[in-house]
Order: sequence, then C-alpha cells, then structure tokens
Amino acid sequence: MPHDHPHDHDHDHDGMSPSGHPYRKDQDTGLSYWQCMEIAVRELLIEKGEVSAQEVARQIDVMDSRSPANGAAVVARAWVDPGFKALLLKDAGAACGEMGFDIGPLQLIAVENTAQVHNVIVCTLCSCYPRNLLGLPPDWYKSRAYRARTVREPRAVLAEFGLTLGEDVQVRVHDSTADMRYIVLPARPEGTEGLSEAELAALVGRDSMIGTGVARRP
Amino acid sequence: MVEFTPGARVRVRALMPPGHIRTPAYLRGKTGVVERVLKEYANPEQLAYRLPAAPLRLYRVRFEMAEVWGAGCETPSDTLDAEIYAPWLEPAHAP
Repeated sequence: MPHDHPHDHDHDHDGMSPSGHPYRKDQDTGLSYWQCMEIAVRELLIEKGEVSAQEVARQIDVMDSRSPANGAAVVARAWVDPGFKALLLKDAGAACGEMGFDIGPLQLIAVENTAQVHNVIVCTLCSCYPRNLLGLPPDWYKSRAYRARTVREPRAVLAEFGLTLGEDVQVRVHDSTADMRYIVLPARPEGTEGLSEAELAALVGRDSMIGTGVARRP
Repeated sequence: MVEFTPGARVRVRALMPPGHIRTPAYLRGKTGVVERVLKEYANPEQLAYRLPAAPLRLYRVRFEMAEVWGAGCETPSDTLDAEIYAPWLEPAHAP
C-alpha cells in the first residue's frame, strides 16, 4: 500500500512535506555499548599507528565488493564442467581459487542438492557465513529465530521461504559450528540445456546457495 | 586420544564446562556417525582467551533428527551435520 495515512485532504497540511506526506520523527538513538567499544578501539588503533583510517575504509570496500554473484559463478561453472564440479565437492577452496576467488584461511565445503537430498546451512552458535563467496549475510540469517528453528524444524522454516519439500526428499541441515564454511550447490533447473555459463549464473540467487531456496527456472 | 574414521559411531560428551565452547549444547550426549575427518585446528576454547592453543582434530558428525530431538520431531530421518573437536567425542556402540 503506497500510503499509510489518511489522505482525504480535509485536514490542513501544516507539518507535511511538500508532497503532502507527514514527516516522520528521526529515529536517532544513542550508541550501544558495543558501538562505542568499536569506535574507541578503532580510534585507538589509528592513534597508535597500528592501522590507518584508509586501511579500515579499504577493508570495508573489499567486504562490500563481495556479492552472491561470486558464488553464482562457481555454481554455474560446476553445472557445465563435471571436472570442476568433482573438484568443488572434494575441495571447494581449491575449486574457488581456480576461478580467482580467494576464500581466505577458512575451509569451504560444498554440499550438493539432488532430487533426493536438500541441504540447508545455518550457524546456531553465531553467524558463520561464506562471506568471501556470498558477501555479507542477510539479517535473517543472524536472527535467533532462523538459527534455533532451522536445526529443529527445517521443513517449516523452508516452507516459510516458499519452498515445500516432499517426503521423498531428505533434508540435511549443516550447522557451521567450527572452522568450516558451507555453500549449497543447487540442482540445475530443467530446461537450461542451451544456456551459456553466464546465463546459468543469472539463475542462481543467494538463497539457493544457503539452501533456503532453489535456482530459478529460465 | 581416539582417532575416528568415516562411518564410526560417536557420542558427543555430555559436559557443560564454562567458557567459549564450540560444541552446541543441543548435541551434547547425542550419538552420530563421522561423516568425514577434517584437518587439525587450534583449540578455540584456548584461542578465545589468547592462550597457547593446541591443534585438535576436527570431525564432521552426522546426526539423525530423531536422535537429536526425539521420535516426535518434524521428520525423524532428516539429518543434521556439525563440526565437533576430537576431545568432545567418545566411541559409541551400535544401538
């Protein structure tokens, strides 16, 4: 609904924006304890010459530059190249390195969705996520509800994402409890035989690589 | 310390020590099967406190939902995989 306020124009427009909408109050709140702590530690490190403000900004740029497109490119390559797919499932870090994606010091495991098996990723202890391949995690991935419910009632959670699985499909939940990070290799959709690798990658969304969705059909 | 191979039945020790523990409480005391053997990693229980951290073998263990949540759970034959460090595992016999 485009409007969440009455719009009968009998009222006077004092306090309205030029387009006739009520101004909302600013939602400014004080900094939280941990926000203050982050600022204090960062400023101390810069003052002491341990890092520079430019290095901090550059690292934020690196984090922002990673996106699910990296993971989608890996998935599309696995769909068209059986040798690459075999390497991805055996040593996902090496496979990603072959494509120029540096996955850092952490170990990556790729798990394959098939007609019989559906994999889904969660981190119950915190919010471990394959950031180097998928970028920053969505907020819901870090929520207590997703973390607690996905290990206990994964099918109900997936149904809320619009994915209802039959009883003939086994659900495998992967809890990233320690040093591994996970990516789901979604099943290649039917009707994609003639598509190029780039066209295939466009079918692969973030959720399909977390396991809360599947790859799109063309 | 006992070394496990893929397919070995293992039980997660039902300990509740204080500190930074990366063994989820909901899996303690539960029995599963080693899915694969991973590399050795620095013990996070020491690493978290900047103590010298010994390398520990890490295992991926697969549990059935029925074992974790009971027979009345959503789908008993679905599975849950988690990474568990060697000191947290003990051999378990077939049911």
